[in-house]
Amino acid sequence: MERKVAIFRKEHFNAAHRLSVPGWTDEQNFQKFGKCSNPHYHGHNYDLVVKVTGTPDPQTGYVINLSDLSSMIQKNVLARFDHKNLNLDTKEFASLNPTAENIVYVIYEILRKELNDSLDLKVRLYETERNFVEYPA
Amino acid sequence: MVFLTRIEHFNAAHKLYNPSWTREKNEEVFGACANENWHGHNYELYVTIKGDPDPETGFLMDVKKLSNIIKEQVTEKLDHKNLNVEVDFLKGKMCSTENLVAGIWNQLTGHLPATAKLHSIKLYETPRIFVEYFG
Repeated sequence: MERKVAIFRKEHFNAAHRLSVPGWTDEQNFQKFGKCSNPHYHGHNYDLVVKVTGTPDPQTGYVINLSDLSSMIQKNVLARFDHKNLNLDTKEFASLNPTAENIVYVIYEILRKELNDSLDLKVRLYETERNFVEYPA
Repeated sequence: MVFLTRIEHFNAAHKLYNPSWTREKNEEVFGACANENWHGHNYELYVTIKGDPDPETGFLMDVKKLSNIIKEQVTEKLDHKNLNVEVDFLKGKMCSTENLVAGIWNQLTGHLPATAKLHSIKLYETPRIFVEYFG
């Protein structure tokens, strides 16, 4: 019987960033992004929730080995973004505004490539306790 | 004696980096926190005052006024800022959480009414790392 189960892994990383559109003046950026456009950057503790859905393997009972999922996130996401300046230190956001919306999409794309095609993936990213995004919507 | 706590929060960038050391020594001591391009946190700030409630109002202090003092003296100076570069009361100091609480304490003491004493500053850098300062 096809019995799908969702399994979740929570991780976190800390990073600095700045929201801006490169062609705009500081004033235009401040109008759109407010204090998030501070040219000296600000930062967040990001909380990441990765949801993997699939049918448990009949022999192991696993959808995915959580230790493998954790290592996958560690190696492919946290190693790139933790204690980094998203604008300056990462190729992913060298020319992409590091809004929560864009970060969650980038993380989804990174993890999607690593996961078996039979598994569904959803990523939720908390920028603060009260501001969070999810992809796919 | 009653203790009253107001919780505020701010987001900021910083780095742990001693400018009189080499880059290698900074990386050795501060690890990932020494990243020259900064990293950042969501800080949670707990300000606790103490004293006796006023018999007429029942208040130790009007918490709205306490909140405004914290905003004016502390969070407006720190929120969405680079702690190493943009904060007058941290100039020349290492931006560790330990030094931040002492700086925040000094920002607040002169602005409280005589009937309310500052008891402690508690600051969370991450949900699992926090420091406390009692003056």
